[in-house]
Amino acid sequence: MITHDIVVVGGGPAGMAAAVAAYDAGVTDVVILDREDSVGGILRQCIHNGFGLHKLGRELTGPEYADVYRAEVEKRGIKVYLETTVTAVTPDRVVTARNREGILKIKAGAVVLAMGCRERSRGALNISGTRPAGVYSAGTAQKLINCEGYMVGRRVVILGSGDIGLIMARRMSFEGAKVEAVLEIMPYSGGLTRNIVQCLEDYDIPLYLSTTVAEIHGRERVTGVTIAEVDERRQVKEETKRYIPCDTVLLSCGLIPENELTRAAGIPIDPVTSGALVDENRETAVPGIFACGNVLQVHDLVDYVSDEAEIAGLGAADFVKGVGPAGNTVETKAGHGVRYVLPQRVHTDKGADVALFMRVTEPFGRVRFTVKSGDAVLATAVRLKAAPGEMEKIVVKNEKLAAATAPITVSLEVL
Amino acid sequence: MFDIAIIGGGVIGGMLARQLSRYQLSVCLLEKESDVAMGATKANSGIVHGGYDPEPGTLKAKLNAEGVQKLYDVADEIHAPYRKNGSFVCAFGTPEEEATVRALYERGLVNGIKGLEILTGDEARALEPALSDKVSLVLHVTNAGIVCPYELTLAAIGNAMDNGVALKVEFAVSAIERTQKGFAVIAESGARVEAAYVVNCAGAYADRIAAMVGDDFFTIIPRAGEYMLLDKNEGARVSHTIFQVPSAEGKGVLVSPTVDGNLLTGPTAVKVGAPDHTETTPAGLETVARLAAKSVPSVNFRQVITSFSGVRASEKRGDFIIEPARSVQGMLHVAAIDSPGLTSCVAIADYAIELLREMGLATVEKADFNPVRENPHAFREMSDEEKDAYIKAHPAYGKIVCRCETVSEGEIRDAIRRNPPARDIDGVKRRTRSGMGRCQGGFCMPYVMRLIAEENGVAMERVTKKGADSYQLIGKL
Repeated sequence: MITHDIVVVGGGPAGMAAAVAAYDAGVTDVVILDREDSVGGILRQCIHNGFGLHKLGRELTGPEYADVYRAEVEKRGIKVYLETTVTAVTPDRVVTARNREGILKIKAGAVVLAMGCRERSRGALNISGTRPAGVYSAGTAQKLINCEGYMVGRRVVILGSGDIGLIMARRMSFEGAKVEAVLEIMPYSGGLTRNIVQCLEDYDIPLYLSTTVAEIHGRERVTGVTIAEVDERRQVKEETKRYIPCDTVLLSCGLIPENELTRAAGIPIDPVTSGALVDENRETAVPGIFACGNVLQVHDLVDYVSDEAEIAGLGAADFVKGVGPAGNTVETKAGHGVRYVLPQRVHTDKGADVALFMRVTEPFGRVRFTVKSGDAVLATAVRLKAAPGEMEKIVVKNEKLAAATAPITVSLEVL
Repeated sequence: MFDIAIIGGGVIGGMLARQLSRYQLSVCLLEKESDVAMGATKANSGIVHGGYDPEPGTLKAKLNAEGVQKLYDVADEIHAPYRKNGSFVCAFGTPEEEATVRALYERGLVNGIKGLEILTGDEARALEPALSDKVSLVLHVTNAGIVCPYELTLAAIGNAMDNGVALKVEFAVSAIERTQKGFAVIAESGARVEAAYVVNCAGAYADRIAAMVGDDFFTIIPRAGEYMLLDKNEGARVSHTIFQVPSAEGKGVLVSPTVDGNLLTGPTAVKVGAPDHTETTPAGLETVARLAAKSVPSVNFRQVITSFSGVRASEKRGDFIIEPARSVQGMLHVAAIDSPGLTSCVAIADYAIELLREMGLATVEKADFNPVRENPHAFREMSDEEKDAYIKAHPAYGKIVCRCETVSEGEIRDAIRRNPPARDIDGVKRRTRSGMGRCQGGFCMPYVMRLIAEENGVAMERVTKKGADSYQLIGKL
């Protein structure tokens, strides 16, 4: 067993930003464990642009954004174990990992979980029909095309209008494939508006809302799909069924935080975010174990992942230094129109402002968010529009927070 | 020229090959798919049935009763994973259902089954807290178990091959001709295998094979059964296999743990037009969820990781058909092997060998028969200390390829190299569980493809999901 002050599980954008922030806060004995052969996580396959506008003030590709943080990690001499897969984390912060040299056991002063997320699979979507080759999650196709250099198909139907699905519609078109349609089971797209314009409209790819794949056809390779509209209960309307010939189905139907290690460590999970329950430092309910990035909540932009990871990195550093927050906490709750609020609990005597992050339940026009504790209004914010695909952030001032004794509820009213 | 050609590399053909490999015989196993265990064998409930169900006096009753212990014994030898978890057959409060539970108990006694007991609903819930409050009476079958049917078959065929049996995949039999010394079995590809004896273990295609020699005395009725497999998070929902008494809605939607720690629910039972009708349907999956919830209301179907359908080879008389061909000499049909076929597979193989002897086959034991197949999962069963030592000697076991099921590069390379070799992505999945977990291969598939390409010295574009035209890539960018 070896020891390190901070062990970061995952070397994607979250893990790297957390490690750098912890180092800069004075805890220099930080290591990163990553299962792949280089750091960067999923950014390595995201060769499109649009990364870094908020955080770095310039527009980068995914690999370029990752490289900014890789350079920061290197500059500080933070040790990165590559091709090293963590297989267990215990509540007393023993991290077990495996690589080609053997089994590694590290006793950590603090642990930062930054394992990212995975895509919802065909099986989890319960799509009927046959089980041929040619059904990929969008990210798998993206990896095969962008990292391995192989094309996966010629005629494509994409289910799910999340950002990866939209980006892949454009990517497949670039490489000469015909994207027949992008289908979205909800009555609205979960993707960023800019992606709908730049990836579908610019390429004349139709987006069918309230529509899904009812059946997949083909014995060996996909030969086509039956698509259909759905009603308000997301049940297929039989009379709208129609067949589209294709050889490829890409699925972009949501991301699931990869919290298997978290669960096995006995860390409580929020059923809505599918990530750990955390405080404002991103500390989980198990002392000294922090979480950030897409393993905590699925983000829209990597820029916000980096922000969140810095909070977790600083929190881990404070924990190691023994200066973490103490005192009273109150829970946060999602009120009307709000699906979840993160962090799920807040120290009221922290002595600093706290930003609350949330998603709304459905698309709205102009809304006012109100943050209340009991009858006291802690903050309000007006937005011209709000959509589930775009995370909201509201800052609660230190002095307001200090007076909060009842749970903090965030709700919205349509203006 | 082989002594015996077996048509069909499912659990029956595979176990027969394994049991025959102990004798001084040359045996060839013919399989139409790119891998073995590809029909009903890979898509069934994986249950070792206690033996209370078959009508007394049938072949099913006899071979099920004999088969349970034989299966456990062979599974031990060839390291096929199984667990004696016991099963419950539940009645839900009606007098008819409770009478059925008692009748099954009595029938089990007639069939010579030991370890049967009747439990009240409360006694059953004490053993199985997730059981529905509506369960009123239960037949507890203590000798029942669960087994991974395709791993059992892979292990049997691997052991058979290690003992000299030849396996030919992608050998879709299109004709069987008489020769002077026996038979010529001819494939669609034109390939030809000659053998003195032929055994028809073609599952849902067995009547078509029989027709090739002029036998039409049985007709396979393909019956599809749809299943949903749930994440390991749900795997501990129940520890026993939970059946319902047969009802108007069909018999036997079960809720069961699997040997790998998942939760399995299903099957439906729907007559289909052809043996390859393995589509899942919205109605089928809905039925599975509804009936499973009747036994175990707390099953969380948001945790489904995959659904599938298997086609069972039923026949109108409702019993196994294990008898010599009527139109030719030297051929044996082992047909209509639906439930409890998996449970009975070793007993069926032994019974088939008896019949082959009666048909003139000489069986002389080999001196060097090795009944043991090495445990393919020895690595994953090691302690951390043992793994550490093993990885230091074999670094490929330290590189995890499948994160969901913790499968290493070393284990995948083994699966591609050892008998019967994995040739495609699904073949690797069944042998190693790489891609079998919650992400369903989303992350590991490109890596697995690279290992298959490398081990076989072929280009990535040539790697398939499951043979033939199931290509994954259309070319380089």
